[in-house]
Amino acid sequence: MASPASATLGRKPKNKESSVMDVSKPANLAINIFFWIYSAICVIPILLVLIVSFSDEKTVLANGYSFFPHKLSLSAYDFLLNDWVNIVRSYGISIFVTIIGTAASLLIMALFAYPISRRDFKQRGTFSFIMVFTILFNAGLVPFYMMYTQYLHLQNTLLVLIAPYLVQGFFVLVMRTFFMNSVPYELIESSKIDGAGEWRIFAQIVLPLSLPVLASVGLLCTLNYWNDWYLSMLFINDNIHINIQYRMYKALQDLQFLSSNSAAYSAILRTNPDYQLPSETVRMAMAVVGIGPIIFAYPFFQRYFIEGLTVGAVKG
Amino acid sequence: MEQPVKTARLALPAAGQKQNVGYWRKYGAFYLMMTPALIFLLINNYLPMIGSVLAFKNVNYQSGVFNSPWVGWKNFEFLFSTSDAWNITKNTIIYNVVFIVLNLIFGVALALLFNSMRNPRLAKFHQTMMFLPYFLSWVIVTYLVYGFLNPEIGLLNKIILPWFGIDNAIDWYSDPKYWPFILPIVNTWKGIGYYAVFYLAAIIGIDKEYYEAATIDGASKWNQIRTITLPLLRPIVIVLTLLQVGRIFYSDFGLFYQVTRNAGALYDTTLVIDTYVYQGLIVTGDFGMSSAAGLYQAVVGFVVVFVSNLIIRKISKEDALF
Repeated sequence: MASPASATLGRKPKNKESSVMDVSKPANLAINIFFWIYSAICVIPILLVLIVSFSDEKTVLANGYSFFPHKLSLSAYDFLLNDWVNIVRSYGISIFVTIIGTAASLLIMALFAYPISRRDFKQRGTFSFIMVFTILFNAGLVPFYMMYTQYLHLQNTLLVLIAPYLVQGFFVLVMRTFFMNSVPYELIESSKIDGAGEWRIFAQIVLPLSLPVLASVGLLCTLNYWNDWYLSMLFINDNIHINIQYRMYKALQDLQFLSSNSAAYSAILRTNPDYQLPSETVRMAMAVVGIGPIIFAYPFFQRYFIEGLTVGAVKG
Repeated sequence: MEQPVKTARLALPAAGQKQNVGYWRKYGAFYLMMTPALIFLLINNYLPMIGSVLAFKNVNYQSGVFNSPWVGWKNFEFLFSTSDAWNITKNTIIYNVVFIVLNLIFGVALALLFNSMRNPRLAKFHQTMMFLPYFLSWVIVTYLVYGFLNPEIGLLNKIILPWFGIDNAIDWYSDPKYWPFILPIVNTWKGIGYYAVFYLAAIIGIDKEYYEAATIDGASKWNQIRTITLPLLRPIVIVLTLLQVGRIFYSDFGLFYQVTRNAGALYDTTLVIDTYVYQGLIVTGDFGMSSAAGLYQAVVGFVVVFVSNLIIRKISKEDALF
């Protein structure tokens, strides 16, 4: 089923003058003004952070955050450069966890969703229920935390940043519905007659036909992994396994964290004991460093993402 | 859509003795396929459910789930004897109700306005902007909020409020009375693009002929919205709303923990069940109380989800979760 949302993006009325959906000129103007204001509201906070990060610390402290910096300065980024080893490593961890997590998660969920999508598989109800029940009821934070720390001993490993999000019941249901409605059963049956096994059918027929749902669920997983700081907060307490989101969180809470492992910072302090940490602007620079990739990737992803949401909404 | 069912039935082997052997040959691969997810669910979801008994134990982290001594309902008695239980329940539910209403009103309104845009280029541009906040992590949103609310140099205290003649700085992060307004604004700002897209997709799916007929009959735009768009939007509105109602006992941890910077002074109006449970586990180390609150949330949450699913089933069977 073609996603209706994709139609908005490139929607061109065939005949501009006579489209029934058109509104009157003044109404159109009002709507346009509204959307310019609304778009500004969405973007302005991000601009503020960006501008402050390029401002001079002293003038920021004197005049407050401002869209019109009194004095520009790169000192915040200069400071972050001292810490580049940690920042690059955190980036690396975020990227690694996101890629491995998304790939593993998609594979495991698709492998589960396929059998429960097959109407001739009698046990599909039972196994669907096993999945659905995890959406309905969860043990809560304490047993979950104890499982990972006391029994699996996964604190301070990359696995603990990947594992908890691997299987999301709701995504499995979305995939199942897509397999059921968009992969014709006749196709599966005729491949069976041609001698293909279930694995082959799954890999060569079901998956290729399901690229839209894989793309959208994959993007949702990517976003989950990339934006996660919660697992880091629960399970990571060394400085090595900190991902970029958690590093940003730490920087906002406590700026010393940024400099605690920076030899350059202590070197500056030795030669210049009066050195003032440009804390406010450094904070904002840290946020900009963290926002960076998502802002650039966003316009490309957005379309698939919206399609994905609609797949979820209309269930296939 | 129902076609495959019939074919599937035909494909089933005749019942009989031989079916068992055939069954494994036929469906054995399915069980192998499901094994990774099943192992995962066992470890991540089902075994911890046994750990729910922690709510009835005097939990000692060292001795673990099995060796901690039983205390019966003591943890619950403690939880409900403090004002905490009432406060976190109230906060969780009230915020969720406010969020649901705002998402509904603004989501539908935005989608309606959006659908009326004439220029497709501009429509695409605004759609990109409107959806952007949804992509940001809560950490980044916290930075943005902090840029506005920083007591000494934030945009609000330093620039915006003085415009309105309010010169004395407001200490946003230590006065709980502002947060019932701040949190809904932040939540709506971040999430509304998501809901607008859902509603928009539904609106676009409406057959254009209805509108053509209405135009011929001389119905105004407003009348068309009232008599065509809104009624046809009703099913998806109900389902999306019920899905949120089903989660009414759960909160977005990021919003309540990050955006408030977990400031203790704000707990009166910002502490929800999820942050309370986290607080008990990590900060105060009160495992028993924390488990009790977690189980209370899980059980009541389960009932709410179950009931809302029953309602969804009544309204639109395909949209029900189970």
